Amino acid sequence: MAEYQNIFTRVQVRGPAYPGIAVPAGTWDRSRQSFFVYWFGRIGDAQVGPFYLGWDGLLALICGFVAFEIIGLNMWASVGWDPVQFVRQLPWLALEPPPPAYGLRLPPLNEGGWWLMAGFFLTASVLLWWVRVYRRARLLGMGTHVAWAFAAAIWLYLVLGFIRPLMMGSWGEAVPFGIFPHLDWTAAFSIRYGNLFYNPFHMLSIVFLYGSTLLFAMHGATILAVSRFGGEREIEQVVDRGTAAERAALFWRWTMGFNATFESLHRWAWWFAVLCPLTGGIGILLTGTAVDNWYLWGVKHGLAPGYPQVFPVVVDPAASLPGVVR
Amino acid sequence: MSMGMVVSLAIGAFGAAAVVFTSFERPPVDATQRGYRGTGMVEIDNPRTTAINVARNRMPESLPAQEPTGQPSSAVYTNVQVLKDVDAGEFLRLMTAITEWVSPVQGCNYCHKEDDLADDSLYTKIVSRRMLQMTAAINETWKPHVGETGVTCYTCHRGQPVPADIWFSEPYHPKGSVGNRAGQNAPSPAVGLTSLPNEPFTSLLRQPGEIRVVSQTALPAGNRQSIKQTEGTYGLMVHLSEALGVNCTFCHNSRSFAAWDQSSPQRATAWHGIRMVRDLNTAYLEPLKSVFPNYRLGPHGDVPQVNCSTCHQGANKPLYGARQLADYPELVGKPVPPASPSRQ
Repeated sequence: MAEYQNIFTRVQVRGPAYPGIAVPAGTWDRSRQSFFVYWFGRIGDAQVGPFYLGWDGLLALICGFVAFEIIGLNMWASVGWDPVQFVRQLPWLALEPPPPAYGLRLPPLNEGGWWLMAGFFLTASVLLWWVRVYRRARLLGMGTHVAWAFAAAIWLYLVLGFIRPLMMGSWGEAVPFGIFPHLDWTAAFSIRYGNLFYNPFHMLSIVFLYGSTLLFAMHGATILAVSRFGGEREIEQVVDRGTAAERAALFWRWTMGFNATFESLHRWAWWFAVLCPLTGGIGILLTGTAVDNWYLWGVKHGLAPGYPQVFPVVVDPAASLPGVVR
Repeated sequence: MSMGMVVSLAIGAFGAAAVVFTSFERPPVDATQRGYRGTGMVEIDNPRTTAINVARNRMPESLPAQEPTGQPSSAVYTNVQVLKDVDAGEFLRLMTAITEWVSPVQGCNYCHKEDDLADDSLYTKIVSRRMLQMTAAINETWKPHVGETGVTCYTCHRGQPVPADIWFSEPYHPKGSVGNRAGQNAPSPAVGLTSLPNEPFTSLLRQPGEIRVVSQTALPAGNRQSIKQTEGTYGLMVHLSEALGVNCTFCHNSRSFAAWDQSSPQRATAWHGIRMVRDLNTAYLEPLKSVFPNYRLGPHGDVPQVNCSTCHQGANKPLYGARQLADYPELVGKPVPPASPSRQ
């Protein structure tokens, strides 16, 4: 039994390195070298390479490196180029977007200019990497599912850092580059717009996020549990149900009355994963543009229940002050 | 089990233990429900933390009451300006108490010239005279915040000439062409080690900056408060929470931070407290700038100022609500402030 509960891959197949299919003439050639790493084989395939970079991959790496350097050097400069403080304070350090006063104008370099540049290069890098993922898949004769799933994540990234700031008319609405700073930004974003938990698209995004982890756990567990019957040959058993697929299906019908098939399960997983950033992006895009206070929106639409008054009635002290609007 | 599995299990267990012991507070962590069930309106409390806070918020014994001499202090002492009508005996008793509260090590001579107690040449005497007026004004005009409990010198000073928790302005001027911190993104204790703006006090506790950022309407209706401003408010609120040793839910229902009808009464008390702090910083402390010697001023030349932790020091009521003011009734009242607090 313990064979199937191990976190490591128990079987390592070692043959001659597989160089991959023949590619059409004119494409950037791949490196010829392949080698094996035992510990990679414990968690995946032991073969490393052959590598393929291509012009899109190379440009993506260069743009990504430029963005990484702009962010990292600004962080280092913010602690006076002190290497010790850079490491100690790293989780707090950030490259901030321009102050809101600049709107969409080009700010000075040290007041958001660097942020705009880092954002440009990071976006270029991500988009080029998307092109690379798409083109590699086409070249192998694969479907482009991976590229479109990646595009869903890019959508959320662009909404947060580009599309919504444009619609709000201020780069200052965008997210800082930094570990704690982007988390505190997220909390402040929810506070400013009256609690994102009442945003239905935020709810959907959470459903798909947690749903993805649930589906992944169910699927992984099912396949491992029937691998002694050949269940890891999932794709064959899509159309040719062997005893592994039949047992796994019966297990889920027994326990919850319904089962996904070995084929449809992967569609479930793909759509759950893709819908998480798609719905999340819609939710962010509506915030501040279409809805300004999600809690009050929830009250208006019967989403947020009222609770019995427990405390003595509290009145806004500012309400009795003359000349105070809010 | 193979050796490899044993090793990987051991590494995993060590990692998990490291996360558990460094991330979590050791029990017991008690939660006391205050609001309606299910709303999360609870106060979190750990007896160990409370014991530390209780120890550092203990009120000293009041001095024994004094027989009235029948003469006002101004008739017995020279150059009395703010406690003129107080009985001379009581005046001396208060001076003794102030020495215990503010300068127990340095003694009377921290403020008074040794050979001439009436002399005004020490800056500390000018400051403490203004502080007496401030204390009286707090107890008289800021009852919505301090209630009948009131404050004495000890509420802030706690036996130190300069209260432990004060702040100076850190104006935000981007320098150079790279590495702008934008007034935040540093592990500052003032905002509970978050990356929020680490000096939200100048704009919100000295200047009457707008703390409210949340819209009062579901749909956009002209509220242009930015996320950056929200981070400033958030930083100030983290400061309040740290200063009072309470959670957000002490005042707010976190489902809607802005809604007054779901807040606890403490939120109104805090609202008045914020206005009180602004009043103290602008009307009492800032005008003392010419009186303070340079070494008492901040790096940018401003006076030491107060915020919530100056009085509260980790307790939701300073000194856990101990009321010493009753023993020193002369600290209530609204003495006429002098035209200028500078040297005569």
